[in-house]
Amino acid sequence: MSIPAPDTTKTLLEVRHLHKTYQLPGRKTLKAVDDISFSVRQGEVLGLVGESGCGKSTLGRCLLRLLPASSGSILFDGQDITRLSERKLRPLRQRLQMVFQDSSASLNPRRRIGDLLAEPLRVHADPINGKHTADMITARLTELLDLVGLPRSALERYPHEFSGGQKQRINIARALTLSPQLIVADEPVSALDVSVQAQIINLFADLQDQLGLTYVFISHDLSVVRQISTRVAVMYLGSIVEIGETDTVLHTPAHPYTSMLTQAIPHPTKGKTGLPAITGDIPSPVSRPSGCHFHPRCPYAQAICREKAPALENVKPSHMVSCHFPLVALQKIYV
Amino acid sequence: MTTDLQTPASPAPSVSLWRQAARTLLADKGSMTALAVLCIIVLACLLAPLYAHYVAHTDAFASNVAGSIVLNGHEVDIMQPNDNPLHLGLSPIGPTGHTAYLLGADSQGRDIAARLLYGGRNSLMISACAAVLCLFLSTLVGVTAGYFGGITDSILSRLMDIMWAVPVYLFAISLSIITVRHGLQIGPFTIEADNLLIPIIIIALVYVPYAARPVRGRVMVLRQAEFVTAARCLGVPQWRVLLFDILPNVLITLVVLGPLLMALSLLAESALSFLSLGVQAPAASWGTMIQDGEGLIYSRPVVAIAPGLAIVFVVLALNILGDGLRDALDIRNATRRSR
Repeated sequence: MSIPAPDTTKTLLEVRHLHKTYQLPGRKTLKAVDDISFSVRQGEVLGLVGESGCGKSTLGRCLLRLLPASSGSILFDGQDITRLSERKLRPLRQRLQMVFQDSSASLNPRRRIGDLLAEPLRVHADPINGKHTADMITARLTELLDLVGLPRSALERYPHEFSGGQKQRINIARALTLSPQLIVADEPVSALDVSVQAQIINLFADLQDQLGLTYVFISHDLSVVRQISTRVAVMYLGSIVEIGETDTVLHTPAHPYTSMLTQAIPHPTKGKTGLPAITGDIPSPVSRPSGCHFHPRCPYAQAICREKAPALENVKPSHMVSCHFPLVALQKIYV
Repeated sequence: MTTDLQTPASPAPSVSLWRQAARTLLADKGSMTALAVLCIIVLACLLAPLYAHYVAHTDAFASNVAGSIVLNGHEVDIMQPNDNPLHLGLSPIGPTGHTAYLLGADSQGRDIAARLLYGGRNSLMISACAAVLCLFLSTLVGVTAGYFGGITDSILSRLMDIMWAVPVYLFAISLSIITVRHGLQIGPFTIEADNLLIPIIIIALVYVPYAARPVRGRVMVLRQAEFVTAARCLGVPQWRVLLFDILPNVLITLVVLGPLLMALSLLAESALSFLSLGVQAPAASWGTMIQDGEGLIYSRPVVAIAPGLAIVFVVLALNILGDGLRDALDIRNATRRSR
């Protein structure tokens, strides 16, 4: 299969001021996603990191319209999909896919793998040849299994006969069935053994090379995101606190939170450096701290941090951070 | 790469969860005994018209008060004088130990053993049909309420609550009293009062809340399941999700409920027939037979006990089978076994 090199200057996905709030009893609101804006260029991998409960999965599901956004807009390939009806959205679903965290729960235990993989082909017509014939489906399924590295005999088997890693390969194959452009991977490896994690990440990387895919790769594990992402967005309590090229963000983090997260990655040669690893728990998204939401856990918090929420601003070209005292600036002062 | 890729998924031939469940069930002695007992009773009853006449040599439905049979060379009257000092009144003959009147006669001089078989046909047929109809209605209600949720769910669930608030037997008796005289008219269709469809419909109806509730619960869980989200994400239309993703998983609940519902239906049918509100004479069922035996309970208890025991055996067997099915179909057990 020859795929033209993706046009890396083209913006494939653009998110503008996305909000997702839940009304709770007692007039409380839970802001799961709070005013998030970012864009993903074609062919790049945006890693979305943050502690559990920071809203990254909610964001991922909003992007695919699996959850309705409260306000803001999502543009896919220039088209606003935020408020499209399910019927109008259906053709676009072929181009936008998701890989879920729980590889077993996302496969119907009562259906054979061949049946599961064929389902998307049965409901979507081929853009050129029209309705998929049985032969076309068989050919496509064999192609997909080869692509994700599963034996062809898998088609006749049921999900419970596979290991976690194999099931995730099946999920990836299913997401690829309709040749999507964008795949949102929601913690696709966090439920797997470390050795299997590496295989699946490599598979994601290989597939990206072969098929020119674009990923939004959600994970709570920086070391996973570091392996695959071209850019990283760090989320804290529903907002993006830092976004930039992977190397820049992970080696010269500008936000204290990012810095503390990077400290949590075990390193074989270097000892502990810089800020201590993060302590304390993430506050409840129902009653978020005033001002900068991170101030109760931040070693550099000043009076202004408690009062005023910092905006997401450039510290360098293509490196944005929302902090009153970004670490880049601090380093200059102290060094 | 490593073993994750190279080894085949599992060396054994692929088995569906259904087949695995069947294997577990086959290995379960209790369930298999229950199934065997059930099969024997059902076959004996269903095949009654083929053999009962040749064994019993009487008509199970004709009154035989004046008749007599030959036992050990002596001619014996079927209705015999009572044992009391004054020899007042007549009692039907007791168990004979011969194929004719094996279990004795009832107050009409009819062979109890033969009637047990013919009555069983009606009892089993009504309870099985009522269970199937009830499962069908419950699936409609439960799946609609569970999948669509919101106001649809509220209306259906409250309706079920109202029905469930009325004691099941009281409800069934009330409905039967209405239909027992004039039959049932549904649109252009009229069902005669003595038609067996009437107890079937009534029993199925009163047990709908009992079965619809677990179905609704299961569907609500399935609706949130990640594979349903995954299907939506793939752009699978709702009706396909319902038909191919939700329903096959609801089927387990239905299969488990089936025998239990049949047991409940059998009890309800017997209760209604005992009160002359179910199967109407001249047709028989185990319930009407118990009623026949009520007047003879002190002199010839076997007339009431025989159909009573038949009910007990069938209900017990159905409950044991239901439990076995539930254990065998438990998906957690199934996946645990596969590892």
